[in-house]
Amino acid sequence: MANRKLLGLFQEPQQVADAMNELKASGIAAEDIDIYSGSPFPEGSFGEHEPHHRLYMFPLVGALIGFAIGLLFTAGTQISYPLVTGGKPLLSIPPMTIIMYENTMLGAIIATVLGVLFESRLPKRSLGLYDERITEGYIGIIVDSPEDKAAQAESLMKAAGAEEVKHES
Amino acid sequence: MYYRRTLSDAQINRELLHVVFTTPMWWIVIVGLLGLVVGLAVIAVGFMFNQGLGVTGLRQPVFWGFFITNFVFWVGISHAGVMISAILRLSQAEWRRPMVRAAEIMTVFSLMAALTMPLVHAGRAWRIFYWIFPYDWSRGIWPDIRSPLIWDPVAIFTYLISSSLFVYTALIPDLAVIRDRGKGTWRYPVYAVLSLGWHGSPHQWKLQGMAGILLSALILPVFVSVHSIVSWDFGVSLVPSWHVTVFAPYFVIGAVHSGVSAVVTLMVIMRKLYHLENYIWEEHIDALARLLIVVATGWFFLFWLDLVFSLWTREEQEMVVWNLRLFEAPWGWLFLTFFITSYVIPVPLWLFKRVRRSFTWMLWTSLLVNVGMWLERFLIIVPGLVRKGPLVFDYGTYRPSPIEIMIVVGTLALVPFLLLLFSKFFPLIPLWEVKEGQKLIDHVQLGNVEVPALVKEH
Repeated sequence: MANRKLLGLFQEPQQVADAMNELKASGIAAEDIDIYSGSPFPEGSFGEHEPHHRLYMFPLVGALIGFAIGLLFTAGTQISYPLVTGGKPLLSIPPMTIIMYENTMLGAIIATVLGVLFESRLPKRSLGLYDERITEGYIGIIVDSPEDKAAQAESLMKAAGAEEVKHES
Repeated sequence: MYYRRTLSDAQINRELLHVVFTTPMWWIVIVGLLGLVVGLAVIAVGFMFNQGLGVTGLRQPVFWGFFITNFVFWVGISHAGVMISAILRLSQAEWRRPMVRAAEIMTVFSLMAALTMPLVHAGRAWRIFYWIFPYDWSRGIWPDIRSPLIWDPVAIFTYLISSSLFVYTALIPDLAVIRDRGKGTWRYPVYAVLSLGWHGSPHQWKLQGMAGILLSALILPVFVSVHSIVSWDFGVSLVPSWHVTVFAPYFVIGAVHSGVSAVVTLMVIMRKLYHLENYIWEEHIDALARLLIVVATGWFFLFWLDLVFSLWTREEQEMVVWNLRLFEAPWGWLFLTFFITSYVIPVPLWLFKRVRRSFTWMLWTSLLVNVGMWLERFLIIVPGLVRKGPLVFDYGTYRPSPIEIMIVVGTLALVPFLLLLFSKFFPLIPLWEVKEGQKLIDHVQLGNVEVPALVKEH
C-alpha cells in the first residue's frame, strides 16, 4: 500500500509531544515520524526517533588522510630535491612535524564538516512537504503514514492542537 | 544570568534580518566610503607592482616594514574570533550566543587582510607561489619545507579554510530562515542552494550541536599553532631581539589581547548601527572586559619575560636593540605610546564596573589597545633590523612611504568593508543560537525579587 506524507503545524512544544505519543500509540512506527523546528530542542523533547550516526569516525579518518598527505609532501619534496645542509640528515624532522600537524588538523576539520553534511543527509534537492512558518517558531510533525492510516493521523494531530495539517500534493 | 528579555522567533527573525531585507542609507554611505579607501589601496598596490619595491621605504638593511607589521597585526586580530567562539562553545557559556558569529567572521576577514600583506610585500605577488607550491617540473626543484616561508602559508591556509568551514556550518540553519522569508524573490533560489535543503529535524540539530563542539575542539589547537608559527618567522632567524624563546606564547597572547579588543569594538559598533539593543547588553561587554583584564595581564607577563630574557643574557646585540627601542627617538616615543595605549590606560580603567559596562568607554579603550598592539608589532620587527650586525654592512633606518601607508590604511578599511558586505547577505548574530537560548530561560522568585534563571542541558 502506498504511503502518504502529512505535515502538522503546532505552536507549542507540549502539543507536539502529545501528538507524537498519540501517533505512536496509533501504530505508526517512530521511524516514520519526524519533527521540523526552527531552533534546537533538548534531545528527546518530543519522544522522537534518533537515528544512529558515526560522526566521530570522520575526524579520525580525515586526520589520518591529512597526516599521510603531510608526510608525503614534506618527505617527498626533500627526497625529490636532495639538499644536504651542514651534513645533517636529509629528512629534517622538526619542520616536517609543523606541516604534518597542520595537514592533520585540516584533514580532521574538512572531514568533520563533510561528516556533518553526510550524516544530516545534506544537501537535499527538494524540501518536499514543508512550511515556511517552521522558521518563524512553529513546530512541524511530518508523518509518512500508510494510506489507510492517514485520516486517523490527521485527526490525531488536529486533536492534539495542530493549527493546520498539510498533505503532500 | 544574562537572558532577561523574552523575544519571539518572529521578532528575532525580523530584528536580526533587518539589514538583509532592507538597505539603510548609512550602510550605502559607509560601504561606499570604505570601498573608496580600498580602491585607492588597490591603485597603490598596482602602482607598486608596476614601479617595483623602490616606491616603498624598504631599504637595506630594513626589508621588513609596514607590510609585515600589518600582516602580524591582522593574523593577531584573527585569533580572538575563533578563540572566543570555540572556548565559549566548549564551556557552554550562555553569553556566547550573540557574539560568536561576528567573532568568527572577523577571523575570516582579518585572515584575508593578513594574506594580502605577504603577497604585496613580495613585490611581484605572483612569484610567491614559487615558494609555496611545487614548481618547475622540468628542473625538479621543489619548495624547501625547512623554510618558515612555507610553514606560514600552510598554517594560515589551514586556519582560513577551517574558520570558513566553521562559519558556514553554523550558518546553514540561518540560511534556511532567509530562504523561507525570501519566498517569491531572487533570494529564495539562492538561499535554497546555500542552505542545502535544511529542514531542522532533531537529528540535524543534534549533528549541528556536535559539529560546534567538534570543530571548536579541533580549531583551538590550530589557532595556537598559527600564531606560534608566525612568531617562528622571527624566532628562527639570527636578527637580534627576534629569537627570544618566549616568542610563540608571547605572540599568541598578544594576538588574543588585540583580537578580543577588536571583538569588543565590533560588538559596540554593531549594536549601535544594527540596533541590537535586545541582543548585545552591558553584561556581554562586561564579561569581555573581565576576560581582557586577564589576557592583558598575561600578555604583560610575557612582554616582561621578553625584556628580561634579552637583558639577562647580556648579549651586546640584544642590549643595543633594547636601548634603541626604549631610549632613542623616535623609537622611544613609539614605545611609550604602545605601552600606554595597550596596557597602562585600558587595564586600570577596566577594573571599574562603570567603565566595563559603558559602551562608549569600551569602544575607545578597545580601539586604544589595537593602536598599541599595531605599534608593538612594528617595534618588534623594525628596530632589530636597523642596527648594524654580522653580515649587515650598513646602519639603516626606516620611513614608510605614502604608498605603504595607503596600502596599510586600505587593509584597515577592507575588514569593516567585508564585514558590512557580509551583513547585507547573512545575519551577524546567529538566529538559531539566540532562539535556543530563549527556550532555556526562566524566572524564579527569591524572596521579594524575581531573578532570571537559566536551564542548562547536560
